[in-house]
Amino acid sequence: MFPCNFLCRSASQARFADAIRSYVCLFLLFVLFSGLYQVANAECLMRGTGDLGIVIERASGSVQILDTTAKASLFRVGGLGDLSHASAVFSRDSRYAYVFGRDGGLSKIDLLCGTLDKRVIQAGNSIGGAISQDGSLVAVSNYTPGGVKVFAADSLELLADLPALDATGKPSKVVGLVDAPGQQFVYTLYDAGEIRIADLSDPAAPRVRRFPDIGRLPYDALITPDGRFYIAGLFGEDGLALLDLWEPQQGVQRILNNYGRGKEKLPVYKMPHLEGWAVAGRHVFLPAVGQHEVLVVDSQTWKEVGRIAVHGQPIFVVARPDGRQVWVNFAHPLNDTVQVIDTQSLQVVHSMKPGKGVLHMEFAPRGENVWVSVRDADRIQVYDTGTFARVAQLQAEKPSGIFFTARAHRTGL
Amino acid sequence: MKQYCYKTLVFCMLTGMAASVHPAPDADRQAELLYLLKHDCGSCHGMTRKGGLGPPLLPENLSDRPPQLMVNTVLDGRPGTPMPPWRGELSEQDAQWLVEAMLRGEGL
Repeated sequence: MFPCNFLCRSASQARFADAIRSYVCLFLLFVLFSGLYQVANAECLMRGTGDLGIVIERASGSVQILDTTAKASLFRVGGLGDLSHASAVFSRDSRYAYVFGRDGGLSKIDLLCGTLDKRVIQAGNSIGGAISQDGSLVAVSNYTPGGVKVFAADSLELLADLPALDATGKPSKVVGLVDAPGQQFVYTLYDAGEIRIADLSDPAAPRVRRFPDIGRLPYDALITPDGRFYIAGLFGEDGLALLDLWEPQQGVQRILNNYGRGKEKLPVYKMPHLEGWAVAGRHVFLPAVGQHEVLVVDSQTWKEVGRIAVHGQPIFVVARPDGRQVWVNFAHPLNDTVQVIDTQSLQVVHSMKPGKGVLHMEFAPRGENVWVSVRDADRIQVYDTGTFARVAQLQAEKPSGIFFTARAHRTGL
Repeated sequence: MKQYCYKTLVFCMLTGMAASVHPAPDADRQAELLYLLKHDCGSCHGMTRKGGLGPPLLPENLSDRPPQLMVNTVLDGRPGTPMPPWRGELSEQDAQWLVEAMLRGEGL
């Protein structure tokens, strides 16, 4: 404080003293914050990110940043809102994770500093997202209001808003959003039963192509790693909708029609997820809805070649990166179990019970380990995929999705 | 346990639930039901019940609906939608208590 009461003799001098006081305060604040900044910066890691990943802690609105080599947690980052159904993609330099939260939050996380770099609330209720081929655009699919919003990956500035109205103008929830070559995003309208391809080569003028009448209540979709085939699973009928992105003019083809063969569907306590692509040779492995079965399809003819009886209704059916094994987890109330299918013999070769609430599985980039989130045990279990022995476990609060940075370089993940 | 029952009884009397035909599930079961509501119902309706693939289940969304209809929806599902029947896993009393819990906004 300046002793103004006896030094200042006029109003102008008093104003001058006030100004000086403000400058001193600003300077002190600057010194303080630059000091803090350096402290924060000093905590950033100097290392590669190719073996890092994140796990969503769904109940606490946080993620942990994981080191898959040390099998250890590096940071916990909080303040991400409602993560009850969250997923993530990575920047092409694998430094940042983009987390899509249920509450419409899009959060950009710095993996090396363990900090929340940017966050926007972009809708009322969202379901997932994707990053463009060149890494410059992040797209988010929304339930409320339905549609897709596209953001600049660096600044999270809104670049394009793609509404999802059906032919009558009714808004639709959007599911199964993936990236495709040529700066395209492909997504599916849940209520309208429609697939759309949006070309974002010019984000200021997106070009959208529509493929209506794909079937009732498509719940999720996936794209092949080559970016050619987009497949939407249907909840409202037995079958899947296939779109060849190399020849989209051919339209949507229905595959595996009537795979339930009139068998009564079991109550579905959790929607299956179509993520990644369980492929081994020409075989594709897909979850059957409302049946305790994994469907096997020939990717040349798109005909069913078999079905494998499993422990419960499959949720995730994911291939080890080499395609030799397919790992399956199951819906409530059988969600304590994981089964492994050998893709040569099409037999279940291993069953294990990691604990109640197995929500997700993520393979190390070359598949030697798989990381399994066990919600009710508040743990991640890491298994050797050759011996099925548990090699590590980490604490995590109600863990759900696990995402490793190797996804940064794969189409559709 | 005894103390908890006593508290529950007082709570029920205060809220008029004691008049309900169905006795409330015990404290352990209530905790299980709230966990189920949060995590399993939450996978479609959102853990904060603000909705997702399924509609929101907040008190303001439900207050004008007949409670028995909601109990029936929980037990028998809604054909033509992904809402499954929970009968078998949940008793009539469980479903009744869950609907009342949702209407009170319990656990939010």
